[in-house]
Amino acid sequence: MKTLFYVLQKEFIQVKRNKVMLRMIIMIPIVQMLVLVFAATYDLKNVNVFLVDQDLSSTSRKLASKIDASPFFTINNTSFNPEDGENEILNNRDDMVLVIPKDFERNLMREDKANLQLLVNAIDGQSAQIGYSYAASVIGGFNKDIIADWKGLPEFKPPYQINTVSRFWYNSELEYKWYMAPGVLALLVTLIGLNLSSTSLVKEKEDGTIEQLNVTPIRKIQFLAGKLIPFIVIALFDLSFGLFLARMVFNLPIVGNLGLVFGFGVLYLVGILGLGLFISTVADTQQQVMFVTFFFMMIFILMSGIFTPVESMPQWAQTIDQINPVYHFMRVLRMVVLKGSHFGDLIHEFVALSILGFTFLTLALKRYRKTA
Amino acid sequence: MKQFLGFLRKEFLHIFRDPRTMIIIFGIPVVQLMLFGKVISTDIQNAKIAILDQSHDNTTREISSKLLSSGYFVLGQELLPGDNVEDVFRQGKVKMIVTFGPEFEHNLERDGKADVQLLADASDPNTARILTNYASGIINDFVKKEKLQNIQLPDQINVEVRMLYNEGLKSVYMFVPGIMAMILMLISAMMTSISISKEKEMGTMEVLLASPLKPIQIVLGKVTPYLLLSFINALTIILLGVFVFGVPIKGSFLLLMGEAFLFILMALSLGILISTVAPNQMVAMFISLLGLMLPTILLSGFIFPIQNMPLPLRIVSNILPPRWFIVIIRNIMLKGTGIQYIWKETMVLIFMAFTFIALSIKNFKIRLE
Repeated sequence: MKTLFYVLQKEFIQVKRNKVMLRMIIMIPIVQMLVLVFAATYDLKNVNVFLVDQDLSSTSRKLASKIDASPFFTINNTSFNPEDGENEILNNRDDMVLVIPKDFERNLMREDKANLQLLVNAIDGQSAQIGYSYAASVIGGFNKDIIADWKGLPEFKPPYQINTVSRFWYNSELEYKWYMAPGVLALLVTLIGLNLSSTSLVKEKEDGTIEQLNVTPIRKIQFLAGKLIPFIVIALFDLSFGLFLARMVFNLPIVGNLGLVFGFGVLYLVGILGLGLFISTVADTQQQVMFVTFFFMMIFILMSGIFTPVESMPQWAQTIDQINPVYHFMRVLRMVVLKGSHFGDLIHEFVALSILGFTFLTLALKRYRKTA
Repeated sequence: MKQFLGFLRKEFLHIFRDPRTMIIIFGIPVVQLMLFGKVISTDIQNAKIAILDQSHDNTTREISSKLLSSGYFVLGQELLPGDNVEDVFRQGKVKMIVTFGPEFEHNLERDGKADVQLLADASDPNTARILTNYASGIINDFVKKEKLQNIQLPDQINVEVRMLYNEGLKSVYMFVPGIMAMILMLISAMMTSISISKEKEMGTMEVLLASPLKPIQIVLGKVTPYLLLSFINALTIILLGVFVFGVPIKGSFLLLMGEAFLFILMALSLGILISTVAPNQMVAMFISLLGLMLPTILLSGFIFPIQNMPLPLRIVSNILPPRWFIVIIRNIMLKGTGIQYIWKETMVLIFMAFTFIALSIKNFKIRLE
């Protein structure tokens, strides 16, 4: 016990003396929480529309002003030639071209139907789809107004109608930041934990100080515990700091039990740090460590479901995700923070994280030899 | 010159003798492209939903089967009246609950009107919105096709939509340019910064500086191997994108490679700059990995469109080199534009490269304290 205490003292002093590192441990979470959560959004803010109005009727003008008045669309430029519009898209100045063909109003009156063309820059398929569906709903609303106007009906009623009422639980305003904040938090904790732990041991190797530690009576498990505990403390500090920031800046509702969050945090970090230590027992240089960590982090993060729902992945990928600790932890964070899930709802994640943590730690312990 | 070649040889040997690093340098692009192409998808499919059918008549059964056969939804759970909806969501097993009220068909036939309730778990707001959109689309479609077969509605405006440059709305089209920018940025900047700060940390920088090599030769020698490796990487990514995922190269291939070369040069000079600032490998790594990785993924328009961000972030994104590079690549590959559409972005990259080089020369110390 006393040995462990001294090992811990050494590690904490080392962390404390590394001023650059210490600053980064605090600054990086702040910056990334604030920047990334604001940045990562699918909420459409503003779509620049290029209008080609070849009809120039009162109806087409009404439609144009209706679109311009909607908060999502701004009509930037107009012309009579659709090619000008395509050129604007090529130049990245506009995202969408709306073509109102000649005789739009006349067709609508005489033949009861008329066509509009919408050209969408679809390189970003997701945004294109959202933009198109907004445009379609604005035009649909306009269509209803017209029918009401022309036919003098208060609102046209088809004989059969199924109303769909959508209700959004836990986030009725569909605030995307609330979804991203716990996700980015899980990421930060992982990045900090994995980076610190994976480099610390290999640095001792590179500096040759590991030899000095190896000849001391410090036991393997004490040595690893000494490496683990300070980093858990740092990462948990970052976790609580990040939660605090999210609460203050994004108004993130923390519905669930904070104890549960931190309990899972410790469990998760033991596993992640174990993995970090394992990597650094295998590698010889910091450069190798860095690339291995980067490699794993990248796969872990992308498959964790931070940006895209795990359910849309192919089945085999979802199976692989069972051994991805980031996936489980992100799920836990989001479920507890946003929905207030109880421990009973998280048994699966608890078991998975425990098994993963135990495996990584055992691997690190087995791989670490006191002989050079 | 001969000395320089000798030094260059030493640097190449450093890299080639470290197979683990080699594997990772060449493995990362392949794995990442595969991940994005095959696994990561923003398209929703097979989302688990629960159905609470209090009516159990023909219409509700038909609508349910329409929903479940659409490919977007699978049935995760059949709910009974009285089940606690909150419990279902809290366990996180289903994303949406479709509720039909009692006497659904009866209401529809008699009053011409019936209600379906879609409860979505909006802790993932994006998915929730898409799912409810899909579901109400399917239900509306059902009404139009099955119930309103022969009725001509008055004054219909029909929107014909054309999705330019990406008709299938494939997300790979977005990801290939993004991954290229990210990999080149990280590999080039990270590798050079590490390899120079490593010499510092090990004390071998002193030896190099005392040698007859000029500082510029040292830096060039450090950078050249990574220039080559990154270029091979760029080529691999493009080839995989084209042949495995069918992303077109509509513009000039030569121009594309030229721009890639420019971007790599820029990233390498950034790496040198980082190494002149960072006292040791650890700091160099933190700056390049933590400082560059997430911003490159999130702020460059790789996944999330820049125009949706708040103004301060849109301004910040301008100082990120990948943001410009991604525009260039998308223009060349997907839109097939020539240099006249991307000269501004190209100038920005050239300017950045020069700035980084100038700053590094200013910061480069011939003597170690």
